[in-house]
Amino acid sequence: MAKVEVTLKKEVHDPQGTAVENSLRALGFDGVQRVRVGKYLELVLEAETFEEAAAKIEEMSRRLLSNPVIEDYDYSLQEVE
Amino acid sequence: MKFGVIVFPGSNCDLDAYHLVRDVLKRDVEYIGYDRRKLGNFDVVILPGGFTYGDYLRSGALAARTPVIEALAGFANSGGLVLGICNGFQVLTEAGLLPGALCRNDSLQFRCRQVYVRVETNTLAFTGKAKNGDVLKMPVAHGDGSYYAPPELLRDLDDNGQVVFRYVDRDGRISEAANPNGSTANIAGIANRRGNVVGLMPHPERAGERALGSVDGLVLFRSLIGHLQDREVAGNG
Repeated sequence: MAKVEVTLKKEVHDPQGTAVENSLRALGFDGVQRVRVGKYLELVLEAETFEEAAAKIEEMSRRLLSNPVIEDYDYSLQEVE
Repeated sequence: MKFGVIVFPGSNCDLDAYHLVRDVLKRDVEYIGYDRRKLGNFDVVILPGGFTYGDYLRSGALAARTPVIEALAGFANSGGLVLGICNGFQVLTEAGLLPGALCRNDSLQFRCRQVYVRVETNTLAFTGKAKNGDVLKMPVAHGDGSYYAPPELLRDLDDNGQVVFRYVDRDGRISEAANPNGSTANIAGIANRRGNVVGLMPHPERAGERALGSVDGLVLFRSLIGHLQDREVAGNG
């Protein structure tokens, strides 16, 4: 299984994050410095090796799961039964 | 001279574009299904507004990976004229046929109202009948219309005359209040480097009849028709 995180690049304005941040302050969470909203995807896929799975996830992330103009991605892999 | 309008699951301005070309401009127009692998014979292909594939993942992201977009890329690479309106603009950026990206409106609100845009580049097939500085009134209707370009791309766009429209007030002045979505540098529409692919968030096809409150959008289509007529004359001569 792959867990893929897609996040807005730091230089891209995130109005959703700002709105969530303001809401948290309104709830009294004073210490909140910054909130950024991203996406989380879980993929179950078949591969012979971790390397093969990683290569597939890289390509998926580049070609569809993220938009490289505005987003970065990161992922982790784990074996499932 | 033939126009095509690509129809995806979730397109909802396809009929508006079709109607404008057929009933107002009296030109040939045909729908193109999203599952087509070949476009056929068209002079201009329009990607209409809407919410293709429910805007899942990112606006335009899934539509940009359909077979018809591969065919469209071939069409564009061979110089074919492509106009992306609203969601169509998002699809073109997602497909890499136009640079930059369209992000959530900075207000987080869906903006549905008339805006003014200023013509910044009238040397294109899409704007040949306009003058630089002309102010056009057209509606916008989008939630993800904030155009983002990193600084180096922004410079390139300016240097190459690829910014086609900017949001302005009715007197043609750039201001924050005139920008409905927080777009970088008030950019409302851009062209690719070659100038044969244009995308814009406002809806020129919904500003083509007096009953709709504006006919300012017609200049885009009349420019395209004029350009194609000139080409036909040149081709025959």
